[in-house]
Amino acid sequence: MLFETVAHGGPTFFQLAPLVVFIPLLGATINFLFGRRLGERGVATVAVTAAGTAFLISVLQWLSLRAHPEGATQVVVEWITIGDFQVRWAQLIDTLSVTMMLVVSGVGTLIHIYATAYMHYDVRYKNDPRRYARFFGFFNLFIAMMMILVTGDSYLTLFVGWEGVGLCSFLLIGFWYEYDILGRPSTANARAAKKAFVVNRVGDFGFLLAIFTLFWYFGTVEFHGVFAKVHEVAAAHPQVLLAVTLFLLLGVTGKSAQIPLFVWLPDAMAGPTPVSALIHAATMVTAGVYLITRSAELYMAVPQAQAIVALVGGLTALVAATMAVAQYDIKKVLAYSTISQLGFMVAAVGMGAFVAGMFHLVTHAFFKALLFLGSGSVIIALERAHHPLPDDPEAQALAREHGHGGHDAHGHDDHEHGHEPFDPQDMRNMGGLLRRIPVTSWTYIIGGLALAGIPPLAGFWSKDEILLEAKHLQPVVYGLLTAAAFLTAFYVTRQLVMVFLGRPRSEAAAHAIESPKAMTGVLVTLAGLSLVGGFLNAPGVHAFAHWLEHTLPEVETLPFDLVVASVSTGLALLSMLTAWSLYKGVRAWVEWQQDPLERILGPGLFGFLHHAWHWDDFYQAVFVRGYDALAAFLAHTVDWAFWHDWFHETIIAGTYRRLSRFLAWSVDLGVIDRLANELAGAVKGLALVARKLQSGYVRNYALSVFVGVVLMLGYLLWVVR
Amino acid sequence: MVPTSFYIFLAALLFTIGAVAVLFRRNTLVIYMAVELMLNAANLAFVAFARQFEALDGQLFVFFVMTVAAAEVAVGLALIVTIFRTKHSVDIDTMRELKG
Amino acid sequence: MGLMTVFILTGAVAIAAALGLLFARNAVYAVLFLVLNMFALAVLYLLLGAPFIAMVQIVVYAGAIMVLFLFVVMLLGAEELKEDGGPIGWQRPLALVLGVVLLAELAYFVFAASATKARLLPSPDGFGDPHAVGLTLFQKYLLPFEVTSVLLLVAMVGAIVLVRNGKRTADEPTGSDAD
Repeated sequence: MLFETVAHGGPTFFQLAPLVVFIPLLGATINFLFGRRLGERGVATVAVTAAGTAFLISVLQWLSLRAHPEGATQVVVEWITIGDFQVRWAQLIDTLSVTMMLVVSGVGTLIHIYATAYMHYDVRYKNDPRRYARFFGFFNLFIAMMMILVTGDSYLTLFVGWEGVGLCSFLLIGFWYEYDILGRPSTANARAAKKAFVVNRVGDFGFLLAIFTLFWYFGTVEFHGVFAKVHEVAAAHPQVLLAVTLFLLLGVTGKSAQIPLFVWLPDAMAGPTPVSALIHAATMVTAGVYLITRSAELYMAVPQAQAIVALVGGLTALVAATMAVAQYDIKKVLAYSTISQLGFMVAAVGMGAFVAGMFHLVTHAFFKALLFLGSGSVIIALERAHHPLPDDPEAQALAREHGHGGHDAHGHDDHEHGHEPFDPQDMRNMGGLLRRIPVTSWTYIIGGLALAGIPPLAGFWSKDEILLEAKHLQPVVYGLLTAAAFLTAFYVTRQLVMVFLGRPRSEAAAHAIESPKAMTGVLVTLAGLSLVGGFLNAPGVHAFAHWLEHTLPEVETLPFDLVVASVSTGLALLSMLTAWSLYKGVRAWVEWQQDPLERILGPGLFGFLHHAWHWDDFYQAVFVRGYDALAAFLAHTVDWAFWHDWFHETIIAGTYRRLSRFLAWSVDLGVIDRLANELAGAVKGLALVARKLQSGYVRNYALSVFVGVVLMLGYLLWVVR
Repeated sequence: MVPTSFYIFLAALLFTIGAVAVLFRRNTLVIYMAVELMLNAANLAFVAFARQFEALDGQLFVFFVMTVAAAEVAVGLALIVTIFRTKHSVDIDTMRELKG
Repeated sequence: MGLMTVFILTGAVAIAAALGLLFARNAVYAVLFLVLNMFALAVLYLLLGAPFIAMVQIVVYAGAIMVLFLFVVMLLGAEELKEDGGPIGWQRPLALVLGVVLLAELAYFVFAASATKARLLPSPDGFGDPHAVGLTLFQKYLLPFEVTSVLLLVAMVGAIVLVRNGKRTADEPTGSDAD
């Protein structure tokens, strides 16, 4: 009925748009203030309801847009007014922003549901169940901030959301700020959060410069105002647009983890797995892609900038894919994979294939969220088998049956004594999980195949469209992306084999426990979306392209190219086959031996890839050490030795001391004090004489008055005369 | 007719006698009366000048002076009575607590 | 000239009364001398065309105020007081000298100033009669007149407060006028 009303030109729901921000904000506030009293069930209800309501409102916006594709601008509040310069906090409701709203709130709601079960275990393994409410407060806050980001109608509003999600990312990466990934006391997670924040700051610096430049040359920061002036400014100052677009690109490389600022994303895996799924795979990291798509008019006016963006994206896609093939941590593989896929998107929007980029953004949100949530399910499955919790009857029953882990009646604070702690994220500890946790495994495999680009899964269609556009627009980037796609299929297969096939390589893997329905249900839903999501914009359908047509300039769809499709599919299949043949031996292993790829590449190259090309070490050596050295030089030599010791102590303080000594002894005591003392002495002497005049006889005083009168009259006489 | 200067001189003479009486006498009440005499001398000068310049303001000023004198006498005599209670004397030379 | 004769006689009485005040041993005599002086001045006021002021002088000053003086003098028993120079006898001759000097100065002023030398003309009709004084008082000097009434009230209250027995005012309950 609702659909009918809106679809036939009835009332619209645009005025509800501000609620997508305020309802999650309300949820966050409730959970922050009353979370501890609500209990886990209450907290989960509040958080999921808030996210779900946001999704509902987004759907209403979508329905409204179908009837009124021109969209609307919803002013929330007048924000800044300085002379002629005005910025409102207004929400831009058009097909592009509503696409993002649907992805953020839709996938966000699913991940909220998943997290209600996941965090139940996580807070217990970390021995701090009271942090449950805090997690969902941050999660809802993130949804609110992301909504500010995607609905903002000016670069400044977008920047507010941009910083807000950055803050939430920081808070959630460092959620277990006092533990490391294995639950040992450590500052590792806090450092990872700090790293993400600081690296993003470099990108935000670029974004800010872009906003300043826009303000200076365009006089406005609102999207429509800026776009209207693009040609005018391009004619007057050709370099300005290039500067703006490249500054924006710097912001994008920070938030969307592109070369050279991608280094924070693998460390961001320190956050709980739902965080990785929501923030560091599906939504926040795609903000950069959204930003470029939103600024399409700017980029299309500067072909050089487009080429640079596409090249950065292509290089990132390939480089990150090479790093992914040599990881052992199940989430690290996905992290590098995310960087690589973000590279695909950035390359696409850089080339001007905005629809393809946004399409991949949507499908990637589905299958990467699925993969991350699946990995979380795997991790929890192993954790539960390794450390049965006292209030986990399933795990306790299993432990009794196998005589294992029963000692662990108090959670997991009595760590393995004497030998290495068990790492539930290390793929070398897994294997053979397909039989133990079938739902997780099968959904994970669907996500993996979608990522690898096997038709007819979602990833195939979107990746194929990017490759198709790239072949026409940027052949070099096409080559880079094809190579990346080949490696993608390789590392996906490697991961699937290591995790799910063969024999279990640890006790925990042998007794892994399937996750509860709240988690598997979400996995199944996302697997369904990954299966069919591609048909949103499949050749011949192009519903997504027609949808975005209302917002983006010059949307055109290329005809399906069988060559491109068969090359990418063929490469993917070839790559999977290669990986299969390499790793099929692993299936028989009962414990981990040398990685088969390491045997081929040699330990040097494999280690190089495993350590992400030593990119971090390079930054450490050049920037961190360099900065430390500079800071030490400035602190010890310039500040302390020069300014403090010499300038301040010797020159200023010494001079001042000599001067003050002179002033104190000679001037103050010798002249001023002496003057005052002599004066006081004189007054005292005078007073000793004068007090005798004060005799106390009234008639005496009257006589004084009388004398005064006589004298005054005498004076007047003398004057009058 | 009597010249105005005669009246003024008479006023000056009375004023001087009053002032000298203030300096001469020790009886506080008499000193008070001398002050009244001085006020009266001033009043005489006022009235004389009012006549000279045919302005009634001078006479009215005398009227106000009398009113103020009445008030002053009321308060002053009350003070003397109060002082007399502690000093048992109206000798002005006994009141010399305030001295240097 | 009859008026001059009257002036000289009355002035002599006034001076004599003033000197009497200056030298009277008994304070009661001093009061009476002052009353005499005031009567003389009232006659002079009549001469100067100020009958209203003359009447007020007799009724208020000579009548009311001086009776108050007389009353206090007798109340305190302060008629006789040893009237030597006291501890500051040296100031008596000085006061005399100063008085003479002041008188000389004033005389110089009075007789050297030209404006007061002329003989007075007969006063115009109705000058200084109660009607004219009343009109001026209640028109031109209405505000000062009202202020003096407040002044008198304050003086009255002040006098009452001062002469009340100090010991009993402090802790007596309010509203009681039993003393």
